[in-house]
Order: sequence, then structure tokens, then C-alpha cells
Amino acid sequence: MPAGSRIEEPSARVVLEARNVVKTYGHVTALDGVDFELRAGEILAVVGDNGAGKSTLIKTLTGAVRPTSGEILLDGVPVHFKGPLDARHAGIETVYQDLAVAPALDIAANLFLGRELRAPGLLGSLFRRLDKKGMREEARRAMGELKFRLPAIDNPVESLSGGQRQGVAVARAALFARRLVIMDEPTAALGVRETGQVLQLIRSIRDRGLPVVLISHNMPNVFDLADRIHIMRLGRRAAVVTPKTHSMNDVVAIMTGAATA
Amino acid sequence: MNTATVYPAEAPRSLKARILGSPSAGPLLVLFGFCVIFALTNPRFLATHNLSIILQQTVVIGALAIGQTLVILTAGIDLAVGAICVLGTIVAGKLANLGYDPVLSMGIAVLICTAAGFAAGGLVSGLRLPPFIVTLGILGILTAALRLISEGGAFPVRDPFLAWTGNTMKLGGFVLTYGVLIMFILYASVWYLLNQTKWGRHVYAIGNNVEAARLVGIPVRRHLLSVYVLAGLIYGIAAWLALGRIPNADPNAMQSANLDSITAVVIGGTSLFGGRGGLVGTLIGALIVGVLRNGLTLAGIDPLWQDLITGILVIIAVALDQLSRRRR
Repeated sequence: MPAGSRIEEPSARVVLEARNVVKTYGHVTALDGVDFELRAGEILAVVGDNGAGKSTLIKTLTGAVRPTSGEILLDGVPVHFKGPLDARHAGIETVYQDLAVAPALDIAANLFLGRELRAPGLLGSLFRRLDKKGMREEARRAMGELKFRLPAIDNPVESLSGGQRQGVAVARAALFARRLVIMDEPTAALGVRETGQVLQLIRSIRDRGLPVVLISHNMPNVFDLADRIHIMRLGRRAAVVTPKTHSMNDVVAIMTGAATA
Repeated sequence: MNTATVYPAEAPRSLKARILGSPSAGPLLVLFGFCVIFALTNPRFLATHNLSIILQQTVVIGALAIGQTLVILTAGIDLAVGAICVLGTIVAGKLANLGYDPVLSMGIAVLICTAAGFAAGGLVSGLRLPPFIVTLGILGILTAALRLISEGGAFPVRDPFLAWTGNTMKLGGFVLTYGVLIMFILYASVWYLLNQTKWGRHVYAIGNNVEAARLVGIPVRRHLLSVYVLAGLIYGIAAWLALGRIPNADPNAMQSANLDSITAVVIGGTSLFGGRGGLVGTLIGALIVGVLRNGLTLAGIDPLWQDLITGILVIIAVALDQLSRRRR
């Protein structure tokens, strides 16, 4: 077996799969028949040079872009996302590079933003009253489970550091994702120490059983976290490697076409 | 990592800390300060009948400031508050004077004000025009149109139902108009919407970070539209309150409604940048504007000076908001 794709645990269940996906914009081919495979319980890093098709691939997986041709399967079932909301309803959550939080709202409110819980009984059904206490308790429980250090849950998010704020966005995704979490450069806006906090959080999410797709430019981070590395080149998957079998130099060489896996 | 320290238990905040830390503490202090100054300079200021008059004088601006708060919380601004309210008084007055059922006349007026809010919200959310320009345009259109319809002049509105909100009731030794009561009910209901429901939370989220709101799946455009529609409805109800105050439909009325309502909102601690503040502050802000105008009138100061001082106040309030924003 070549040391490229499909190395270890070929038996692990495939959660999200793309088969021969093509995306063209007029004459420009962004994705040229790419395959993609995310397995249960893993952190899969997606790396590639600028213009290699990383972000287009991710956008097709999150429903932000519709592929020209090809298939996307979630838990083995073909899916056709018409927009990001469809992907979310299917259990796929995405975290973006810029901090997608409402700074003046508190941590609990941010965790439940867009998915607020309503109070039980008539207060909730008739008077549409929010279950603030329930949301705070649930938020506290979730953050404890993820072992993420935060000040009190009713502090506004603007009182947090950048890393903690992104931690809130990441935790929100983990809290609501039923199938997988996609993270698009989640630490690009953060300093070294803050990046460390978020990486630790991503690890705890994986350890709780949610598979994670991590798009990153930062090779040390990728090698620190990823179970497998999906390398994009010229709109296709050039190789899938693991940090155990390949070095950073190998990966960069595959990215740039200087070597093949 | 020591898991025992991962999540700190929270101590409930003491009442004192909550009051001092509350964003309404500053405005409350300003209100108190003005009251003390006016009470010391004029013994009539604290008389129960004068306090009741202040409330009555605050009713219309107080109600308009609720809609203004909603719009400003979404990082917008509404320069058509007064014009839409005047539209309501003229439609209701005209219809009633033509002999239509007064309840129906008022209902149609409120509906038309709501439609004006819908138009503003549609332009802001659908065409993504700046709220400042949209409402400035509506202000211009309505001001001209209303003068045309009413042939330039004011006319009296004699119908008892339209003036009902000016009727009084006794509460202890205190004389209240039904209009005052309606204003407080409006404050309570919209406060509930803003603070206890998903709708309100999404208003704050949109004002805070529109992009984040969109990413978490909040239908931002529809939500913005609903904010302007609710604001329009409130301006319509304010028109009823205005007819109770002065049973006269005047196309030239409420010239200072923009200044006063925006001042009330901003003095109340709501940020012009959106997403911060709320109705408790606005109510205090509206009372500050009311107390100020009343106190200066009692002191025999020309209304033009009142506008001047209100103008200075709003600039100070915005400057404070800007400064606190830089510190964040």
C-alpha cells in the first residue's frame, strides 16, 4: 500500500464524504474532482496553498457553495445543501476566523444565540419567555465538560480575551453540532497563548466524540492536533497523510507539487 | 489542569453592586440632580400637581422614545418619529371630523403609522439603505405631504374618544391621565419583549454584530423589518396620546420630537452604535427631558433655550458613549 491515502484505521466509520466534486466559476475551475473523507472521532486538517481549493471545498461541505457536479454524503446518505442553514440542520456546525460573537451579550446568551431555549409551560409557549436560568445552567455544564476556563457565565463576552471569545464560538459549535464541526482558520486572529487555549478546546471536542475538520495555514498547529492531514493542490486532493508518517517538509512539498505522497 | 478550578462558582451580586454597576445608575443620578436643582430654585417644582404635569408632558416623547430605542439598538436612527406621529394625529383627526367612527379613525391612523414604519424598515432591510437617509427622506416627504393635506393649517379634534387619553384618574393624591398609564404599559410590554424573549435578544445581537447574527442563523432582514414595524405601531399609539395632550391636529407640531426622543434614548445610556442599552434608561432619559423642559419653563426661560440646552445634553451623552466605547 502506498504511504499516501488511507493509512490507518480504514475501518473507522466515514461521517462526511465528498466524491469527485467539481466546482467551476465560468472558465475557472476551483475544484477539479476532489474527494474528501472525514472519519468518526478524528481531527482532519485540510491544508493547501492559496488557491488550491481549500475554502471552496469547505464551502461546498457547509452548504455555502453548491458543487457543479459530484456527490456529498453525510453518514453514507447523499445530501444536497441549499445553504448553510441546511448544513446546520443536518448537524454540521462551522466556526469562522473572525470572532462571531455579540460582544455586549453574556457568555450564556452567546452560546445559545439563534437557538434560545424557551421557558417551560405557558410562560414559554404563550408569553414566549426565555429560559435564561436553564440556558445559564446548560452553558455552565457544557463549558465544564469541555474543560474551558471562563469567568462567570453572565459576564459580557467583551470582558473576555480574544482566545476566550473564540472559545465561546467554538464551544457554541460543539454544543449544537450533532455530526461534526468545521473550523475555518479558528486561530488566525489570535496570539500564541490564546491559540493554545483554543487548540486545547478543539482537542476536547474530538475527545468527546465529535469529528472535527480543521482548516489551517499554521503547520505546527496542524501537526500538533491533526490525526490525518488532507492536502489540497490544484483543486484536487493531492494526498492524505498522518503527522506520524510525514514531516512538515513532506507536507509542504506535496502542497507545492515538489513531491508526491 | 486542575479540574476543580475549571469552573468558578459564581457569587450572586449584591444589591448595591447591581445598582452601582447598572447602566441606568448614571442617568438616574442626572435625573435626581436636575430635580434637586429645580426643587431648590423653585418651590412649585415639587408640588404633586407639577409632578403630575411633568409626567403628562413626558407622555408623547416617552412613547416615541420607545420606538426610537428599538431602532437605535439595531444601530439605526429614526428621524421620522415626529413626522409619523403627526401623520397619525392628522389622519385620525381628519377621519373623525369627516364623521367616521372615532375608534375606526384611530385604528386606521395607527395602521397607517405602522405602514410608514414598514416602509422605512423595508427600505433599510430590503435595499440596505442607511436608516439615517431613509428616515430623513420620510421626514421630508411627510412634512410636505401633511401640510398639503391639511392645507397648511392646524384643526381642532373634538371627538371625546380621540381625546380620551387626556382624561384623568386619581391614584392616591396623584392625578394621572390615561395617557400616562398607556405609556407605562407600553414601556412594560416592550421591556418584556426586549429582555425576556428571543425577539429582543436578537435585536441586541443584530445591533452588536450583524455578521455574527447572520452566521448563527438569525433572519437579519426580517428581524430589522419587524423592529421598524413595531416602532411605527408605537408612533401610532403615541399619536393617540398626543391628541389626548392637545386635541389639535397640527402639521407643524412636534418639531423637536427628533431631538427630544434621541436625547432621551442617548441620555438613558443606549449606544448610538447599537446593541447596548435598553428601555429602563430611555424612560429615565425621557423623564430627564421632561423635567428639564418643565423646570426651565417654571423658571420662565424661553423654549428656544430649552432646545439649546437639550442639544448640549445630547452631545455630552454621545461623547460619553464614544469615550466608553474607546475604553472597551
